[in-house]
Amino acid sequence: MSNSQALKKSVLWDWLTTVDHKKIGIMYLVAGAFFFVLGGLEAMIIRAQLMFPELNIVSAQAFNELITMHGTTMIFLAAMPLLFGFMNFIVPLQIGARDVAFPFLNSLGFWLFLFGGILLNLSWFFGGAPDAGWTAYVPLSSAEYAGTGLDYYVLGLQISGAGTLIGGINFLVTIITMRAPGMTMMKMPLFTWSSFVSSALILFAFPALTVGLFLLMFERLFGANYFIVEAGGNVVIWQHLFWIFGHPEVYILILPAFGIFSEVLSTFSKKRLFGYSAMVFATLIIGFLGFMVWAHHMFTVGMGPVANAIFAVATMAIAVPTGIKIFNWLFTLWGGRIKFTTANLFALGFIPSFVLGGVTGVMLATSAANYQFHDTYFVVAHFHYVIIGGVVFGLFAGTFYWWPKIFGYMLNETLGKWFFWLFFIGFHLTFFVQHFLGLMGMPRRVASYLDGQGLNDLNFISTIGAFFMAVAFVILLVNIFVARNDKAVADPWDGRTLEWATPTPVPEYNFAQTPVARELDALWYEKMQGNKKLPVAEPLGEIHMPNGSILPIIMSLGLFIASFGFIYATYWVSVIGLGLTLGCMVVRSVKEDHGYHIPVEEIKQDKEVG
Amino acid sequence: MEPKLNTNQPQVNLSKKEKIKLEREMRHQIITFVVMIFFTALAFMSVASDLIPASFAVPFILILAVIQVILQLYYFMHLKDKDHEWPNAFMLSGIVIIIPMVAALMLLLGVVKY
Ligand code: HEM
Ligand SMILES: [Cu+2]
Repeated sequence: MSNSQALKKSVLWDWLTTVDHKKIGIMYLVAGAFFFVLGGLEAMIIRAQLMFPELNIVSAQAFNELITMHGTTMIFLAAMPLLFGFMNFIVPLQIGARDVAFPFLNSLGFWLFLFGGILLNLSWFFGGAPDAGWTAYVPLSSAEYAGTGLDYYVLGLQISGAGTLIGGINFLVTIITMRAPGMTMMKMPLFTWSSFVSSALILFAFPALTVGLFLLMFERLFGANYFIVEAGGNVVIWQHLFWIFGHPEVYILILPAFGIFSEVLSTFSKKRLFGYSAMVFATLIIGFLGFMVWAHHMFTVGMGPVANAIFAVATMAIAVPTGIKIFNWLFTLWGGRIKFTTANLFALGFIPSFVLGGVTGVMLATSAANYQFHDTYFVVAHFHYVIIGGVVFGLFAGTFYWWPKIFGYMLNETLGKWFFWLFFIGFHLTFFVQHFLGLMGMPRRVASYLDGQGLNDLNFISTIGAFFMAVAFVILLVNIFVARNDKAVADPWDGRTLEWATPTPVPEYNFAQTPVARELDALWYEKMQGNKKLPVAEPLGEIHMPNGSILPIIMSLGLFIASFGFIYATYWVSVIGLGLTLGCMVVRSVKEDHGYHIPVEEIKQDKEVG
Repeated sequence: MEPKLNTNQPQVNLSKKEKIKLEREMRHQIITFVVMIFFTALAFMSVASDLIPASFAVPFILILAVIQVILQLYYFMHLKDKDHEWPNAFMLSGIVIIIPMVAALMLLLGVVKY
């Protein structure tokens, strides 16, 4: 790896200050994986508690904290950062860029997310975790019923949410302004497209969460009143704000996963993606409709039959573009030379699993029937089918597909297949039966259930399935460890998109010369033309790179410290923390930093080695 | 890559065409400015004078405000110029998303008076 001036820095300092999109991507992946394991452990305790009726492994209070932290961790601290990891690493490579548009902000986004996540999880040690569910409905989450745990929730999510918003805007600007010459919007790979739409959803949806969290924060910490009914407030405002953010959020998660499947399915069918423009269009429609359906989470609140009917129909409409996508994936496979690699197995397993989740989604969207389903295990089954069968399968497909590019070695396929099958079987065992538990009337978020209600067998099966998934995940970890010497070539899957045109490991500057993209699947097009190399847009010259910076960590640390001041009402601590953050902003604005240049000789050297 | 800051801009000689363009730009800005001052005065007057009933004045002022925002964005902040397609696209999508959302919210929460 070339590091020119940076050579003398220690490795640790290098990672703490890096603004390189690839290193930040890897940090997102590592931190996301850490939180994924944490959330997974919480899930295991939850399922253990529900294995038999009337178990008392943890108290009901601890159980509520576990389900709250499981949901919050998995959505905000595992799924999103893992997707951000792939987006960070892959999107600039796919569009032939040398970095993201704002490398400094990229690093800031990561550190904000990490400090927010740590803050949220510290609540375990300081008076108990939040216990009002990941949706934190008032009045359960208001000062009257919830302890400091909820302050950690509010501030932790606020900080990591700011990081997400920064990241989303960064991707938007990157994709709009930094595409290689020739790569028009309609020649972008589908992962880039879906990352783009997903980032736009972040831009429009996260402010609703920010506002909601601010209201809750002011009510809890400063005695303001928005939600308390006796004082003229309205509890439903929180639900609206939360779901105006929350429903787009589920699409923020699933769209990049759709993108990963599109890449994987077309690569391993050796065919161009069927119906590319329909896919792009469907992604946009899903993104748009995603904002018009939030109230389907609130059918039982009492909005009245007219509102319920409107939101029911709008929700069902989303099934149409989603169906278009499913058919396009099937037609991509049709007549292709399908290779059953682990990545492709996850993509293939995704299709039926996700369809099941979509079908239960439409069932839930039937507002009259929703009165029966709402707040039962049927809902739990639905969203785990879409989130695990969709998002998590996508993450695993992406892991096996991009691992060689990101970490420089091939994951073991035999272990990979064990991993896939165990996980796939475990997943369906766990969640398929939960549909029936829900229909039989088992409410969600209960710490236990009574014997003799006919719920025993299915709960037992469900827990066994969860253990299957845990074992499968351990196999993945083993795989990562044992496969580490199997060095990867630059293009192991005979890839189609530009990321496979870079050498492995990818040099700091990605492309020695900016490539020209002449077609959709730019690399594949050149391969078919018999060209060994991509056409380039510039002569070999020195490359301008941004300098690393320690400021993002300090800025995030400042907010982290300030949060403690707010939680414990010791405002001088908050002042110090906020001062630290603002001070860093001033330093960043005043200090000029023009970056540095990598000399041509060094790039030539890299080329000979690589 | 971060854009280089151009602190000391070199003196440029403008061609005749560019000069005409600049003059036209200037004229537009001044007209917009005058219109906006006028609208602001109108808004004040509609409240200050007792001639206009409040039920009319409030929507009237809101309409004036919307026009002013549009003028501000398109003329002063150059949204009308070339190379502003993306900002336009995003502003429009934001508006298209926000309007039905806010309308639905107002109806559902029963906030129907302004
Ligand atoms: C065809 C598409 C979909 C439809 C029609 C649909 C419909 C619904 C409905 C009506 C509910 C509310 C159930 C209730 O609480 O009574 C719901 C809940 C949920 N859905 Fe979906 N959904 C769809 C796709 C997705 C996707 C793609 C995801 C995530 C990637 C997702 C994640 C969730 C989550 C997390 C919840 C539960 C939230 C909670 O109460 O904690 N859904 N869905
Ligand atoms: Cu929803």
